Amino acid sequence: MTVALELQDVAVSRGARNILQDVTLAFEAGTVTALVGPNGAGKSTLLAVACGDLPADAGQVLLHGRPLAGFAARALAQERAVMPQEHGIRFAFSVEEVVAMGRLPHRVDALRDHALVEAALDATELQALRLRDVQQLSGGEAARTTFARVLAQQTPLLMLDEPTAALDLRHQERTLRSVRALADAGACVVVVLHDLNLAAGHADRIVLLEQGRVAADGTPAAVLTEPTLRRVYQQDVVVMQHPRRPVPLVVVTD
Amino acid sequence: MSPSASRSFLRRRRRGQWMLALSAMLLLLAMLASFAVGPLRLPPLEVLQAVGVKLGLVDPAAVSSRDLAVVWQLRIPRALLGAMVGAALAMAGASLQGLFGNPLADPGIVGVSQGAALGAVAAIVLGAASIGGWMIPLAAFAGGALAISLTYLLARPGRATGNATLLLVGIAMAALCSALIGFLTYIATESQLQSLVFWQLGSLASADWRDVLAVAPLFLLGAVACLHLAVPLDMLALGERQAQHLGLDVPRTRRQLVAFSALLVGAAVAFAGSIGFVGLVVPHVARMLVGPGHRWMLPLSGLLGAVLVVVADTAARTLDPPSEIPLGLFSASLGAPFFLWLVLQQRRKGHS
Repeated sequence: MTVALELQDVAVSRGARNILQDVTLAFEAGTVTALVGPNGAGKSTLLAVACGDLPADAGQVLLHGRPLAGFAARALAQERAVMPQEHGIRFAFSVEEVVAMGRLPHRVDALRDHALVEAALDATELQALRLRDVQQLSGGEAARTTFARVLAQQTPLLMLDEPTAALDLRHQERTLRSVRALADAGACVVVVLHDLNLAAGHADRIVLLEQGRVAADGTPAAVLTEPTLRRVYQQDVVVMQHPRRPVPLVVVTD
Repeated sequence: MSPSASRSFLRRRRRGQWMLALSAMLLLLAMLASFAVGPLRLPPLEVLQAVGVKLGLVDPAAVSSRDLAVVWQLRIPRALLGAMVGAALAMAGASLQGLFGNPLADPGIVGVSQGAALGAVAAIVLGAASIGGWMIPLAAFAGGALAISLTYLLARPGRATGNATLLLVGIAMAALCSALIGFLTYIATESQLQSLVFWQLGSLASADWRDVLAVAPLFLLGAVACLHLAVPLDMLALGERQAQHLGLDVPRTRRQLVAFSALLVGAAVAFAGSIGFVGLVVPHVARMLVGPGHRWMLPLSGLLGAVLVVVADTAARTLDPPSEIPLGLFSASLGAPFFLWLVLQQRRKGHS
């Protein structure tokens, strides 16, 4: 498998506080990696460093073997798409206009651009809302619009920061199935998730962060174990077998 | 290709084209009317004849030399200057709103106009204007650019900053510039004072062909540059971080927006003084007509800004002859209530 993105000894600190320390991870094409961990573990910071928003204080980030800092903004946007947690848009653009912005990093090709925007609107079930003012959308609809824009960007690397946080059950599942399909088609996906069962159900690999360090890294079954989760989350849990799928299921207990 | 999508795209484009054509016609009519109207009222035919004489198409004997002078020396340059000033302020307003991600940003509100006025006043009082007439617009540009940069640094669009920060920083910036203008006025000589009063009011009364020729290149450069930034401005609506994710070089775009809006505001302020609220009202109206996409909204703002200032200036000089109502007074009495309405609307939407 080819490594799409690599973090080498990455560290980030703010004042005396270390937000990330000694993070070394490689992400392969064709896989979905879920970043999980308690609040403040450094998930979003890790994603910000990995997508080039935040420079690392130490270590480096390599995209296809080249340092991230060497990429021009446009070239980078052709390689990786990012879905941030905030979806605020400043003016009353329509849903389809925002989704079409996902095509801006690429050379204009009207027919292809159009087909990709349509496909993204279909995948996120936004066809009925396509002319709606984005400022009038609910939180979940806004998140789906951003996700559709990320899909339209058609990049080999996707970084998603809690794409399912505001979504209902059906759209959580649909979103992660789209993510899965992209990876099966060869994309490398890194996704921050809070819901361990969504991570278990759709990711090939889970990276569990604890206070800025990698606490566990492996298949869902290897990472989601009762002792590890109890220690990192300080919460009693039971890990069972999912009744219908061959994945672990995490349930909170008293 | 699904028909609904191409239809909505085509509809938007057709609407944009229609609105541009319509407002261009409106501008033409407003300018022709302003050539004819004033203390000396001329029939439209005579106005056209006067223009024809200058272009060598009509026999000079057809028009009296007094009418010719009024139309050619006073009204035409004044209308042309007004149109450029209005377009410049409206396009600068639209660009600043995109840069700050805030529909309340206006050259007067974020302190750019005051910065430009400070630059112009400083050039006059400190004697730089004697080097050459071009020093005044240059100083206005520098003052405007400095003021926007400062406001931007202090009220950068981000997570924590809402309207309040931008407006407060704008007020502080305007107050600082006003204080410095006050100081310069205090140390100014008698003859300098006379040209300074001009900046306090905002007026096109002294417009002549020299002004028109001096503003034209600055205006054209700023306007064309802003139109080229239409797509980057659309991307900035997603927020700076997401614009960067879509491949926009945000720091570079920011510098360009600051420079070109300062150029437009500097050109307008150097030759017409402070005319407030054009940059606030016009982009808002343009957005209501063709939507927020800058490809149509920016040029439409330019045309509508030109119409607004030409009409307002014509009214200012004809309502109470022979004296003139200062244009700045006009635009403020129109713009201030609109601004209040906009702030209250924003608050209802929850952007405090």
